[in-house]
Amino acid sequence: MKTHFRLGLFIFLTPVLLWLLLLIVVPHLELLMMSLQGKDDMGKAVWTFANYRHFFVEKIYWYTFVRTALYAITVTVLTFCVTFPVAFYITKVVSPKFSGFLTILLLMPFWVSELVRVYGWMILLRESGVINHLLVSSGLMDSPVEMLYNDISMLMGLVYTSMLFMVVPLISALEGMDDSLIEAAHDLGASPLTIFFRIIIPYAAPGITSGSIVVFMLALGNYLTPKLMGGKNSLWFTEQIYNEFIASFNWNQGAAFGFLLLALSSVIIWFGLKLSRQELGRALS
Amino acid sequence: MAPVLEIQNLRKEFDAFTAVDTLNFQVEEGSFFSILGPSGCGKTTLLRMIAGFQEPTSGTLCIRGRDMSEVPPNRRPVNLVFQNLALFPMMNVQENIAFGLKRQGVGKDEIRKRVDAMLERVDLTGYGKKNISQLSGGQKQRVAIARSLVLEPSLLLLDEPLGALDLKLREQMKIELKKLQAEVGTTFMYITHDQSEALVMSDRVAVMNRGRFEQIDSPRNLYANPATRFVAGFVGETNILPVSVVSRSPLKVVTSFGLELQATQVNDSSSDELDLFIRPEAIILQHDGGGDDFNRFSLTVRNILFDGSNTKILATIGASDYELTVALPQNEQFAHIGKGDVIDAGVHLSSCRCYPREAA
Repeated sequence: MKTHFRLGLFIFLTPVLLWLLLLIVVPHLELLMMSLQGKDDMGKAVWTFANYRHFFVEKIYWYTFVRTALYAITVTVLTFCVTFPVAFYITKVVSPKFSGFLTILLLMPFWVSELVRVYGWMILLRESGVINHLLVSSGLMDSPVEMLYNDISMLMGLVYTSMLFMVVPLISALEGMDDSLIEAAHDLGASPLTIFFRIIIPYAAPGITSGSIVVFMLALGNYLTPKLMGGKNSLWFTEQIYNEFIASFNWNQGAAFGFLLLALSSVIIWFGLKLSRQELGRALS
Repeated sequence: MAPVLEIQNLRKEFDAFTAVDTLNFQVEEGSFFSILGPSGCGKTTLLRMIAGFQEPTSGTLCIRGRDMSEVPPNRRPVNLVFQNLALFPMMNVQENIAFGLKRQGVGKDEIRKRVDAMLERVDLTGYGKKNISQLSGGQKQRVAIARSLVLEPSLLLLDEPLGALDLKLREQMKIELKKLQAEVGTTFMYITHDQSEALVMSDRVAVMNRGRFEQIDSPRNLYANPATRFVAGFVGETNILPVSVVSRSPLKVVTSFGLELQATQVNDSSSDELDLFIRPEAIILQHDGGGDDFNRFSLTVRNILFDGSNTKILATIGASDYELTVALPQNEQFAHIGKGDVIDAGVHLSSCRCYPREAA
């Protein structure tokens, strides 16, 4: 009986373990080793911290690194600000029948790929694009303006592409909340503002945390949107990694940057969890 | 003394449906006032209007003489204990109780003192740091009441708060609530569809049906002298017999199976078709004579429903198939009664109450 059980456990566990080992552990070990290697003057491979030292010495890498982190945090906050009212409206204001329809409407744009959606924004925003055409032809502006390739359009694109990953956990968190909690708080003397900060936000906190983690990771690791909507000035850290791997063909340096990004995101998320007094396990369950 | 709550011509309409139909009543300071009615009678709507969550279509609502029409729920001197309690799951017991006090801007030390005093009052001393999920049903109940009571409201509204508890706990909480109300002296307004809750706890009970009050009275009067057919049928157990009038003053009626009974008419009605209501305990078994105002008949025992002090027998009356429920006192005298026995029984005419038959 016992061996039987063990065999079953083994069969079911194998795919998971293989997945973890082959697709996550092994590549990362490979990258880690690569990041710690370099070539000496003779062109021979040696163990070295030079790749990491390089990052701390060159200012541009630092600058890009911090900038990427700050913008990813900004994107997360903005995404929350945009999606929370939407999630609240869908779960608490409209009738349940209508809210299903609205949720589908919200998901619909995500049935097409991110690339197509970003191109859509580019068609709207570029100098010869739809918005410029409308503004000029209606006489509001004399000549078209380039709206793409700046930080604001990049942030907007990042918020847009990550909205779904915030709104879904928020909806599921708010759906579980009993309306009478809001009424009870109101009855006990709380103003709408207090209800929002003392009741609704704490209740939705696990949803907010899990949504924020996903959005932050996606923004931090996004390559496509900063590249296409931010243009040459976007200075996103993933682009540095790409450049090292593809343009400079310096895999060792690229691997080191990759690990630094991993460390960065882990530290920021750990810090965010501490700050909001949430637990990772609870937020992601 | 001025009433805590005064309601005049209060109405609430939803589209074509009138939930609360022109109510007028007052609630006295310090009393335990219950509203008893079947589900859908408008009692929750009434409560929500008093709490401020719903606006009346017309009419006025005054608390301590102050008109409440422009006052939002968070400024009203009333607090509501919700049917599902609505305790805040992300706060512990202490924080839940302190929530309202913090909103009033009470000082920290004062809050601690009052929360501790309230915890002691509801027998939860030492539970302050516990999470809501760690409490039992009855404890949650008490926290919900404490959370509202700590604000010392003019009026505490309770919306069927015992509905979710199991029977044993409900019986216990009934007594606790009544005691608590007597101790704190706050006016309680209690809403329920359970007549036993209303009768046991209240000083006054309003029986509500289809948005109107059928009768506002003390529990004893409500039971003994129901003013309308609805109250007679809804409050307490009763036997209903369709009868026709034989003669008026003194009223004599005859049942469909030909039994003539003296009875008391409650509502004035010219109709000859009436319904006769007899309480199970009003039927006296093995009576010894009685006066002229006593109806006599024989009962054939069909079944005995043993339930301790609440034991009843189901018996057919006279030669008919009509079954009556009769209370069977649990004493030696009736111990020998068994299935199929024929017993003499009787009922006083004042306990035979006739109401106009309701149009079907």
